[in-house]
Amino acid sequence: MSPPLLGVEEEGQSNASLVASSGSMDCLSQSGSGLKERNYLGLSDCSSVDSSTITSLSKENKNNLNLRATELRLGLPGSQSPEREPDLSLLKSGKLDEKLLFPLLPSKDGICASSQKTVVSGNKRGFSDTMNGFPEMKSSGYTEGNWIFHASGSESESPQSVGQGKFPANSTINVMLSSRSSGAQPAAVNKEAPPKASQERPRATNGSNHNQITTNNSSSAPAAKAQVVGWPPIRSFRKNTLATTSKNNDELDGKPGPGALFIKVSMDGAPYLRKVDLRTYSTYQELSSALEKMFSCFTIGQCGSHGTPGREMLSESKLRDLLHGSEYVLTYEDKDGDWMLVGDVPWELFINSCKRLKIMKSSDAIGLAPRVMEKSKNRN
Amino acid sequence: MGYSFPEEVLEHVLSFIDSDSDRNSVSLVCKSWHDIERWCRRRLFVGNCYAVSPAIAIRRFPELRSVSLKGKPHFADFNLVPHEWGGYAYPWIAAFAKAYPWLEELRLKRMVVSDEALELIAKKFKNFRVLVMYSCEGFSTDGLATIAANCRNLKELDLSESEVDDVSGNWLSQFPDSYTSLESLNITSLSSEIRFTALERLVGRCPNLKTLKLSHSVPLDLLPNLLQKAPQLVELGSGLHTKEVHPDLYSKLAGAFSGCKGLKRLCGLRDVVPSYLPTLYPICFGLTSLNLSDAPIQCPELIKLVSQCQNLQRLWVLDYIEDTGLIALAESCKDLRELRVFPSDPFGQEPNVSLTEQGLVSVSAGCPKLHSVLYFCRRMSNVALSTIARNRPNLTRFRLCIIERFRPDYITQEPLDVGFGAIVEHCKDLKRLSLSGLLTDRVFEYIGSHGKKLEMLSLAFAGDSDLGLHHVLSGCKSLRKLEIRDCPFGDKALLANAAKLETMRSLWMSACQVSYRACKLLGQKMPRLNVEVIAEQGHPDSSPDEYPVEKLYIYRTVSGPRSDMPSFVWTMDKNSALRSS
Repeated sequence: MSPPLLGVEEEGQSNASLVASSGSMDCLSQSGSGLKERNYLGLSDCSSVDSSTITSLSKENKNNLNLRATELRLGLPGSQSPEREPDLSLLKSGKLDEKLLFPLLPSKDGICASSQKTVVSGNKRGFSDTMNGFPEMKSSGYTEGNWIFHASGSESESPQSVGQGKFPANSTINVMLSSRSSGAQPAAVNKEAPPKASQERPRATNGSNHNQITTNNSSSAPAAKAQVVGWPPIRSFRKNTLATTSKNNDELDGKPGPGALFIKVSMDGAPYLRKVDLRTYSTYQELSSALEKMFSCFTIGQCGSHGTPGREMLSESKLRDLLHGSEYVLTYEDKDGDWMLVGDVPWELFINSCKRLKIMKSSDAIGLAPRVMEKSKNRN
Repeated sequence: MGYSFPEEVLEHVLSFIDSDSDRNSVSLVCKSWHDIERWCRRRLFVGNCYAVSPAIAIRRFPELRSVSLKGKPHFADFNLVPHEWGGYAYPWIAAFAKAYPWLEELRLKRMVVSDEALELIAKKFKNFRVLVMYSCEGFSTDGLATIAANCRNLKELDLSESEVDDVSGNWLSQFPDSYTSLESLNITSLSSEIRFTALERLVGRCPNLKTLKLSHSVPLDLLPNLLQKAPQLVELGSGLHTKEVHPDLYSKLAGAFSGCKGLKRLCGLRDVVPSYLPTLYPICFGLTSLNLSDAPIQCPELIKLVSQCQNLQRLWVLDYIEDTGLIALAESCKDLRELRVFPSDPFGQEPNVSLTEQGLVSVSAGCPKLHSVLYFCRRMSNVALSTIARNRPNLTRFRLCIIERFRPDYITQEPLDVGFGAIVEHCKDLKRLSLSGLLTDRVFEYIGSHGKKLEMLSLAFAGDSDLGLHHVLSGCKSLRKLEIRDCPFGDKALLANAAKLETMRSLWMSACQVSYRACKLLGQKMPRLNVEVIAEQGHPDSSPDEYPVEKLYIYRTVSGPRSDMPSFVWTMDKNSALRSS
């Protein structure tokens, strides 16, 4: 990879430079392709990048956060190894960038001023702050990213993982990784409404990622066999259709569970609905664990705490206690419109008749069955 | 000036002009024409319900009779748009209830329609005739019951692909006995049991019923009765088919189908048992549209069926048709205009059928009128794509989905840039394109230089850098809708082409590399765009500005930021960039 240019010099030439100077674009493309390889296919590339490299890149990036601020570059951690230009010229180039990036709009001084302001505020957030700042991100307290890596069973956490996590199409990585770790759950998580792309904060380290990536590598290639949300682009109703048709035509499918069966899952008090594919589970336990993970953060309340893995572990078991204790129960609406407690009927019957799921407070669910309390005590 | 051309004459002339773009042109001639035109416009199409507010629409067009609205972005079909994103129909319907008491038609796509909204429709529009809710959600059969009970003049009720909260099937009985004006009924998406007697009576007393598309809860043995009551049907979607073949039922069906001399469009056939297919043979010749995408019919039966449909113009089918079936199709159906092949096992790792690029190549060679293609397959080559392009320069819609991502040309292992390049180069009227497979920035170079009529482009897992996006935004002059997921496109191209975004309806980018800073900047500098950042992980302010946003939806609007955003959607406005994080 040729030394990545900052593109400053070329952009000084003319307005058309952004278009014409494929040089600067190439640099972006080359680094971009480096990025891409790491993210999409690039399990082989991923495994070759060890944590120390990422750390150093991230650290470098910290120093350059300020400098980059005016350039309107994306500046993903570790994306381009920066050249240490004097601050002055970079700030100037920042202004140039603005003009060229908006050839149709008059440049205003205010813009530069504002970008300087951003620089200042960017300054306040050093790299380490950023790392710790992650917990604050989850003001809504709702995330899925963590579960995927929890599923992979990795414990330790390091700043590098955050760097890793910020790459786009992280959902893809997650899927690839998690599909190796535990079959059903992560796929289910991934199938729901929004995929968590770039802002995930995986608990797993690169270390564990690498392990799994190497595993992926050694097995089949291409490793992108796991399912990604919304791919292939088929309407949900069609997916459900295939599910029912395959059910009724034994001669057609030699393999089990071909289609998908998406149903909505809601939780009392949660602002979000999710959709899960029942066919990715084969037991109540799997479904229940997946749902726990899906709604975990919300249950914990204002989970601002995503600092140390220790705390996270605690939250998980706390959640388990909550769900298996008596606070929430899982109910479903069947074909007749009745709300029933999940777990009473054989699994196959359940998925055939379940129209939607709801995580209710046990107190609300008392009317459903007197066995609610009993059941919850018996679990676990 | 002495412009004495009577208004009434102009109005009369304009009444023959239906096309929206023509009417828009008319309204630009002069102020007087603008005024006359707006008073006599009867139909309105709003491609993005947030591009304009109901108040603005009503103010400009005071006498509408028919409105079409679209809500969520297309990628909502694939679960990429969070559920509560928006697209609510109620505010529109409430505004219309006051402004257009004579509103007759509402066509909604990807919108959230509540039962309250349906109730408004039922009670406030005395002459309501057409309700189409395509891929909508948020309502139940209770809402439908209100419609049925109150809309005396209802001609069309179409719920295709909508998610209906199926409380009970009794809503059909709410159509009063005096109600006879039904012409089109599409209830395929309903799952609860329908009251069959109610359905039969309804069908029996509506002599103008032309379209009947049933849910799969309607069993096969009911079909002959229905068909006998409605031999004038032009379009039929049949319900569930039973497993066993009853000779009685077979002959009844055969008789009933033969009685439907005018049947042109057929769909449904869910779980059809192949042995019943011959009952369709008498009507095959008259069919212009056949949708077998719900029907797991295997290749041999498909070939038998399809080779009798010489007048077929549109075929939707599962990939069970295989290459051999498509070859047969190409030989028999010379009038074919549209082909869609859906995957029977989209999540399977290995191909389960023998459907390759060859099938599509054959159809492209054999069907001279083919202009619209949607094709799911597992392998493709540049050579095949070039052949298709040369065979069919009249393609207007080409959507190819190679099921596995990043798949290269299976012969040369190269990216498929050249193949798709051939498509855009030869098909000069191409309006819609979806790409898949392994693609570099080169393909976007081709698209930018040749795709001058391209209006809608869908990208996923493609490209190397911002240059790709830049080619598209700077080159595709007619681009209206651009949807992108999981591509390495970032700030540069977006900001460099900011002005372009105002010429488009919308841009969707998810899992790309656009930074929060760029979004803020864009929102600040482009007041006529809504730059919506979707971040379910928490407010993007809580992470550094360089970090990429999860999802980005940018659309032009004259109404400013919307007020019904959920907690995880933020509109970047002129204050965003100045706000300290």
